[in-house]
Amino acid sequence: MRLYGHRVTWPAALGMVIIAVNLMGAIGAPWLAPFDQAEVVCEAWDDPSAAHWLGCDNLGRDLLSRLLFGARMSIGLSLLITTLSFSIGIVAGFTAAIAKGWVDTALSRAVDLMLAMPSLIFAFVVLSVLGTDIPVLVVTLACLDSTRVFRLSRALAMNIVALEYVEVARLRGEGLWWIITREVLPAARAPLIAEYGLRFSFAFLFVAALSFLGLGIQPPDADWGSMVRDYRDMINLGVSAPFWPAGAIAVLTIGVNFVVDWLLAIQSRGHGENA
Amino acid sequence: MSVSDIVLEVDRLRVAAGAAVLVDDVSFTLRRGAVIGLIGESGAGKTTIGLACLGYTRNGCAIAGGRIVFRGQDILTLSAAGRRALRGPGVAYIAQSAAASFNPAMTLFEQVCEIPVRHGLMTAAAARAVAVGLFRELDLPDPENFGRRYPHQVSGGQLQRAMAAMAMAARPDILVFDEPTTALDVTTQVEVLAAFRKLIREHRTAAIYITHDLAVVAQIADDIMVLRHGRMIEHGTAEQILQAPREDYTRRLVAERVRGHSFVARADGGAALLSVRDVVASYATLPRVIDGVSLEVRRGDTLAVVGESGSGKSTLARVITGLLPREAGEIRLGGEVLSAGLGGRTLEQKRRVQMIYQMPDVALNPHQTVLDIIGRPIGFYFGRSRGEIRARVLELLRMMDLPESFIDRTPGELSGGQKQRVGIARALAAEPDLIVCDEVTSALDQLVGEEILLLLKRLQEELGVAYLFITHDLGVVKRIANKVAVMLKGQIVAGGETETVFAPPFHSYTALLLSSVPEMRGDWLDEVLARRL
Amino acid sequence: MLRMIGLRLALGVMTLLGASMLIFAGTEILPGDLASALLQNNATAENLATMREQLGLDRPAAVRYAQWFGGALQGDLGRSLATERSVARDIAPRLGNTVFLAVYAAGIAVPLSIVLGLMAAVWQGSVFDRMVNTVTLMTISVPEYLIGYLLMKYISVELGWLPTLANVTEQTGLGERLYLTLLPMLTLVLVVIAHMMRMTRASVLAIMASPYIEMAFLKGIPKWIVVVRHAFPNALAPVISVVALNLAYLVVGVVVVEAVFVYPGLGQLMVDAVSKHDVPVVQACGLIFSSAFIVLNMLADIAAILANPRLRHPR
Repeated sequence: MRLYGHRVTWPAALGMVIIAVNLMGAIGAPWLAPFDQAEVVCEAWDDPSAAHWLGCDNLGRDLLSRLLFGARMSIGLSLLITTLSFSIGIVAGFTAAIAKGWVDTALSRAVDLMLAMPSLIFAFVVLSVLGTDIPVLVVTLACLDSTRVFRLSRALAMNIVALEYVEVARLRGEGLWWIITREVLPAARAPLIAEYGLRFSFAFLFVAALSFLGLGIQPPDADWGSMVRDYRDMINLGVSAPFWPAGAIAVLTIGVNFVVDWLLAIQSRGHGENA
Repeated sequence: MSVSDIVLEVDRLRVAAGAAVLVDDVSFTLRRGAVIGLIGESGAGKTTIGLACLGYTRNGCAIAGGRIVFRGQDILTLSAAGRRALRGPGVAYIAQSAAASFNPAMTLFEQVCEIPVRHGLMTAAAARAVAVGLFRELDLPDPENFGRRYPHQVSGGQLQRAMAAMAMAARPDILVFDEPTTALDVTTQVEVLAAFRKLIREHRTAAIYITHDLAVVAQIADDIMVLRHGRMIEHGTAEQILQAPREDYTRRLVAERVRGHSFVARADGGAALLSVRDVVASYATLPRVIDGVSLEVRRGDTLAVVGESGSGKSTLARVITGLLPREAGEIRLGGEVLSAGLGGRTLEQKRRVQMIYQMPDVALNPHQTVLDIIGRPIGFYFGRSRGEIRARVLELLRMMDLPESFIDRTPGELSGGQKQRVGIARALAAEPDLIVCDEVTSALDQLVGEEILLLLKRLQEELGVAYLFITHDLGVVKRIANKVAVMLKGQIVAGGETETVFAPPFHSYTALLLSSVPEMRGDWLDEVLARRL
Repeated sequence: MLRMIGLRLALGVMTLLGASMLIFAGTEILPGDLASALLQNNATAENLATMREQLGLDRPAAVRYAQWFGGALQGDLGRSLATERSVARDIAPRLGNTVFLAVYAAGIAVPLSIVLGLMAAVWQGSVFDRMVNTVTLMTISVPEYLIGYLLMKYISVELGWLPTLANVTEQTGLGERLYLTLLPMLTLVLVVIAHMMRMTRASVLAIMASPYIEMAFLKGIPKWIVVVRHAFPNALAPVISVVALNLAYLVVGVVVVEAVFVYPGLGQLMVDAVSKHDVPVVQACGLIFSSAFIVLNMLADIAAILANPRLRHPR
């Protein structure tokens, strides 16, 4: 199989299938799920049956339905965070690279400082004060994550700006907007797409970890991280319920990483004509 | 000479990378003490042949046929251990970039002594004594202690000689020199070349000398083989190849090197187009890179700014275009004073000065088509309609001798020379008065570069545009420039009409530069060395 | 070179100061203030005022920062809002537990991953390399708690070899402690090893691609000598920074693993404090975690300076 002239390796194909299935589940949850996420429909920890394919959870809710709605929450939130962090990071990074001077120094020093601390710890400090509302969560995580996007997009833009074809545009007298959109962005697109995938999987794991620790999404909304937390005590009793959400987190992340790995390999190989 | 004198016999060698054949049907023999020059443009397969003589191929390549017989033994039939035993003591390699080929974490002694010691030929102390002897032979400073240094602590020319010492340490039968002086400045190249030749002659070592420069190989080789696209074009004695080449391709290569002043035209005089007065510039932390430079360009002039690396010639180009603001002095364009920075110049001033770059690969945006690239200045400066832009781009392509069908291609689909032509067309699209050409031929193969020079000259005759030609290549200067400025350490040490500057009485540095340019005669190096003593 | 190390040390101290300010400022970004946030719906004018006085909010932020950071330097981390006990006294034993677990995991993960990374690089493209590459790519993607629970389910619950929870107290002896924390340690090792190994492999491969390695082969030097004498000294600096980076990651990864195994470490304490809005405890833990992270990164940079021949032997 080929995509835009590049051969698709089997892990990449697998990754794409995983991502597609997850997205469909997340988008279609209200129609696909047999029950509502908060609806009590059976006894606690009922075994899987024809009516409840994956069985029931600690409160007697349908596990499959919660998994589907959880996908909606976990994936949707991570996409939101990643998109926000990308918008902040790219704008700041490109501005720093092209404006140079004190703007660059100020932004870079601030980002260095943020990156000098583990982001989980920083998030803890902020959440301990602001509480764990979803908007707070999204903005906090997006800001933390945007520091890494800033680093990448600044470095990319720095490299591209140093290229002679950009120099030609500057010598010609082109404006900043034209240089960014016509000269810099096309060359930065491929690495940025790969980075989007990478940042998504980070944000996704991060949200899930926070929820697992009880500091992320709060009940009764289902999300995969807090589902693992809710069901974890059952491990000792041999119930496999916590492995469904935890496995789903792992599978989606693996899928995204496979695709990212493939995208990065394509870039280091060069353009599609010879690949 | 007896048959036993033959140290290497390459017979119908064929090297392939997958389906692509890099080298095909190459044969030659090498006798003790003889030097064969392999000459050709990039992609001719020279390095591949050189490495194959050590039984080595780079990743993805493989020797697909033929024999390489070293002292009666076909090395292709050897085991991995057998080939390893051959590398170093039998055949040794000298690479183009010494800076990259020395391990930064080891002293020169450790690396030079490695071949004899690791192959169990000498004790460490004996190898060290040999190394000191070689350092002395190669005229390296303080030979006793030279080897205690790390690679980053010695100069480029010294490092290149140290690499020759490293290759010689176990007295190999054959030395493979792979473009060993290409990365050096001309004045350094002479010394290094002389040191190499002395070494080969005194030890009667056979050598394979790989280069793209016929004049260099003329000084050192007995035989010359001309290669193109991995195949032999011509093989003969050095004298025959240089004096009476049989093949058309060889004739063109030779002719290019010996051509004289043929291009230089008269400028029409008149008022100065560009005048630079006492300009000073530097990068943030370093001392002055440009220190009080003055020069003048008139309409139709070609002013060549010539100098070695670090002389400040490329910085001068950046200061004139405004990319690097000057710190003092004045630059005028057609009487108007140009502001130091790019931001203070009017669009019209920017339009009148255009630039052509050394590396056509990075000078063209790979994501745009030729139409976008050449058409943008037309739309940007003259506000033409799309139809008019397209017509003008087609016209420019015709002027560049490029087919009109190229208009929809991207740079990735063009060769180096074609890309450079697109770069020239982009500069001309702005209808400039002055074009700054920064080493425009040095990244191109010899014949392709020659065609670019011809094109530039023709365009000047048709359009009357002036060129400021930044170059390190005196051959180019003599052929294209009517005026020249010789730069050394940020200053112009000699300047004026090319004929005056390049005729006696010379400035001492000009004389040194001129005498360092290899000429296509076997006795040139001897003459230079004799004169310098 | 000494100058560069001095500069790096100074930068480390500056970063530490900056981080402490950020942690402190994190509690100042509220629209109202800490007191109203803590009391939420129970806020009356009266208990707000009491709360403010209790927290010292009537003084300017700069003064409070100076007092807090000055105290922290002397080991006084303030008092917990929830228990009103000394934060330092609560933290001390837990910090010991966390350090113990991190060192335990690092002691196994670092040598193992360097050896595996070197092997993958030397046999680049082999079956071993490709297998390791795919497996590590997958383990990187798997969250710590899944690895932890899988190990727990199969090793503890089904096989019954190890305890499910790591209940250590101050009285637990070293031998038993090592046994009890074996499972959390394994989890951490599995998480960290993938990253560390991939990065080691990549940095050694980058070195193996350089011209001076090709030159060494052209000198007829056997492969293992090329790797040990030519590649390894140059790969040292990148590998050291890989190790430090992953140790820093370990410091944070510990938080989740502690939660999985209900291990009484600093991470657990911090998570509890966050959900209780016990700000002094969160700040104290944050400061400790950040300091460890910053110091490790600084040590990595200094090691890289020391390993660079250009800096060790200046012109």
